[in-house]
Parts: sequence; structure tokens; C-alpha cells
Amino acid sequence: MSDGSHSLRVSVWRGTQAGAFEAFDVPMQESQTVLDLVAWIQQNADPTLAYRYACRVGMCGSCAMMVNGVPRWTCRTHVGKVATDGAVEIAPLRNLPVIKDLAVDMDPFFDKWTEAGGAFSPTKSRDDAVEPILPETPERREADAAIECINCAVCYAACDVVSANPDYLGPAALNRAWSLVNDVKDGALDARLIAVSGAGGCHNCHSQQGCVAHCPNELNPTASIAGLKRATVRAALKGRI
Amino acid sequence: MKPHRNHPLWYAFALHRASGLLLALFLPAHFWVLSYALTDSAALDGFLRWTDYTLVKIAEFGLVFLLAVHMFGGLRLMVLEWLPWSPRQKTYAASAVAASFCLSTLFFLSAV
Amino acid sequence: MIGVRLYMLQRITALLMAPLVIGHIAVMIYAVQGGLSAAEILGRTQGSLLWALFYGTFVVAVALHAAIGLRVITHETFGVGRTGLAILTTGLFLVLAAMGLRAVYAVTAL
Repeated sequence: MSDGSHSLRVSVWRGTQAGAFEAFDVPMQESQTVLDLVAWIQQNADPTLAYRYACRVGMCGSCAMMVNGVPRWTCRTHVGKVATDGAVEIAPLRNLPVIKDLAVDMDPFFDKWTEAGGAFSPTKSRDDAVEPILPETPERREADAAIECINCAVCYAACDVVSANPDYLGPAALNRAWSLVNDVKDGALDARLIAVSGAGGCHNCHSQQGCVAHCPNELNPTASIAGLKRATVRAALKGRI
Repeated sequence: MKPHRNHPLWYAFALHRASGLLLALFLPAHFWVLSYALTDSAALDGFLRWTDYTLVKIAEFGLVFLLAVHMFGGLRLMVLEWLPWSPRQKTYAASAVAASFCLSTLFFLSAV
Repeated sequence: MIGVRLYMLQRITALLMAPLVIGHIAVMIYAVQGGLSAAEILGRTQGSLLWALFYGTFVVAVALHAAIGLRVITHETFGVGRTGLAILTTGLFLVLAAMGLRAVYAVTAL
């Protein structure tokens, strides 16, 4: 349902790492999201615009982009909330290589997830009894607070330590590591603590809490990273790492 | 100012970094002047005469503020890292600035 | 760019210095009243083991703390690598400690 009488000036990044913003006039509609703007441009103005989305209902994280300089899920960002003077600026996520236009290369993000010890290390086989995990134990509370991450990379784009330190594993990878540190079924604790203690490890976090401010799932990677700091110090004092 | 930085706890980080850097730059000068007590205490006295000027007292107020805010900010970080998480992060950051301002004002009132 | 050991050193020197900083500011608030003079200061500090220990500890702690802090800033601002950082951190610690301990000696020695 198009309003017809108003349009928005939408500036969209075109190109790769080098490139420029290109402006489009997009018709305003009721209940319009930033993803709607991008889709309109690609469908009606310029079919060569590259962008990503999938679920368009705020559960997959694929549509994450910089909107007026702030990383957000574009499908859950109402135009009315972010448009200033009838204009919106849309750019690819910060801190990741740009493939084309609004699509970034997520490989560095996922590589660091693995590097931080993100993979689960089983200790039991199918022949063993199922491990009883009680939800109210302190460890399980910590893990549960961290497990809703869908790896959208909004926190990674928001983090200035990621920008400043190329080795820094980033909030999502470290948050994942913390969830496994608190998983009693996992068998790779010391290796994981070593993995998060290197040049890009948890000790480089300055608690700016940009990750907390911008996570669409309202997670707290800063708290997880603080947990890793405590765990690594205790392990170091005991000579385990 | 990049928009993603426009939230209170980023400013708290920036203040902590700036105060630490400025203090680290001040320190060698501070040590250098005090060392005159060994070789030439008259020269030390000469340096101390500068502290009679109001502008210098204001600068000293600034230094005390930097030291206090860096310390209180640092304690805020240690609480964040070592005590159970508190939802009052912004309150702690604001309190650090307030306490530092009070302490440095107390110094300034003693100096003038 | 720090690992677990430099992190621990940074945090331990911070905790150690908290009471020293409070003490130093309190001393400054007291001493600044009525103006500063070399004679007044040195009259109280020279020959004092207590002041020597207080400020001696403070100097060593701050030299470590500042060297590590500047290491982090240098890495994040200029991208200096591992070796450069190691040289910088050690160098800064030695310079600050040497200058600081000289100042402590200057003010507390008889």
C-alpha cells in the first residue's frame, strides 16, 4: 500500500571496500522497515544492488547492516525510528571485508568463532547415560544467558577493539567460548581458556559495552568476557594455562 | 563522532583512556622536577613558585581530576570484571565522574 | 594487545595503587594549603623511611601499570607488532621506574 505523496532519500553503499554512497528516492509506506527500502531499490530502481536477507522476521540475523552508522537488523528497524530529515544511510557491516554493496564476507567472523574454541568437545558416547543438566545451577545459568546468539555479527561490527586489534576474537566468539566454559558436558576447558588468552583474547576487551548496547537479542558479551577473564586468571594462578 | 560510539559507556572508556594517557605523559615531567631536590633544591623551589598562579592551580585541579577519574573508573572496571554483574553500569560510570569532580574541587578549594 | 599475565599485572598494580592514590591526593590536599615550598616539603620527607616506602612502592607500581597501558594504546592506535611492543613496554617501565625512584630518593634521602 503506497502512500505516494512522500519519499525518502536513501543512500546505499555501492562497491567493495572502495566505493561510494548512491542515493535513491524510495516511496514511503506505512510500517516500512529498512529492509523494505533495500528490497524496493533492488526490485524497482537498480537490480544490481547486492544485499542479504532470509527470514525477514528478526530471527536469522542475515539482514544486519549499518543504518545511519549503527549496526542493526534491517528487517526489525522501522524507518520512522531512524530516518533523520527524510534520509537514511545504509552501509555494509563494519569490521568485515565487503564483497559487494551491502554484502560482507562473514568468514573472518566465523573463523574467529572456531579459533576461540567455539566447537563443542564431547566427553561421552551414545553408550553412556545422558548427563543430567539442571537449569538452576550457577554454570547453567551463565551458559543459558549466552546461548541465544545467532551469529549475526552486529556486536562484531559495533566493537572498536575489533577495529583496532586485527587479532581480537570479538564479542560473539568470546561469548560462545564462555557458554562452553560453563557447559559441564564439554571436555576442552583448558584448551579453550588458552585459546581465549592470546593476542586476540578476552583480556583485550575494554568493556565499552557497544556489544551490549547493540545486540538485538539483548545478550551481554561483556559479562561473558568478564567471566572468561576470571576463569583464565584462576587457571593461570593454578598453573593450568 | 561515529554514531555507534554515542552511548555513555563508550564515553566512560574514552575518558579512562584519555586520562591514563595524559597522566602517563605528565609522570616523567613530575619525576624530573622532583629530582631537582637532589641536585638543586633552589630550582625546585623556583618550580613550586609557579603553583602560586591561579592558572596553574586550575591545571592542578585538572591533574587531580584526571588521577581520581582514572582510579575510580578503573575500580568500576574491576567491579565489572570480578563481582557479579550489575545492571547499574551507567550509574557507576557517572558516580566515578561525580566523585572525581568532588575530590578535585576539594583540592582546588584547598589550593586557592 | 595483552594476554593473561599482563592483564593480571595491570589489575594487581591497579588494586595496589588505589589506596596509594587516595593517600597521595589526601597529602596533596593537605600540603597545598598555604602554598608550596621546597623547604616545607623536604622538611617532612627527608630522612623518612615511611615516605620512601610509600612513594617507592607507588613508583614501581605506576611504572608497570603505565607501561602496560601505553602498550595497549600503542598497539591499538599504531598497530605496532609483538616485538616492537615488547621493547616499548620494557623500555617505558625502565625509564619510568628509574626516573621515579630517583625522584623518591631525591625527596626522601638525607
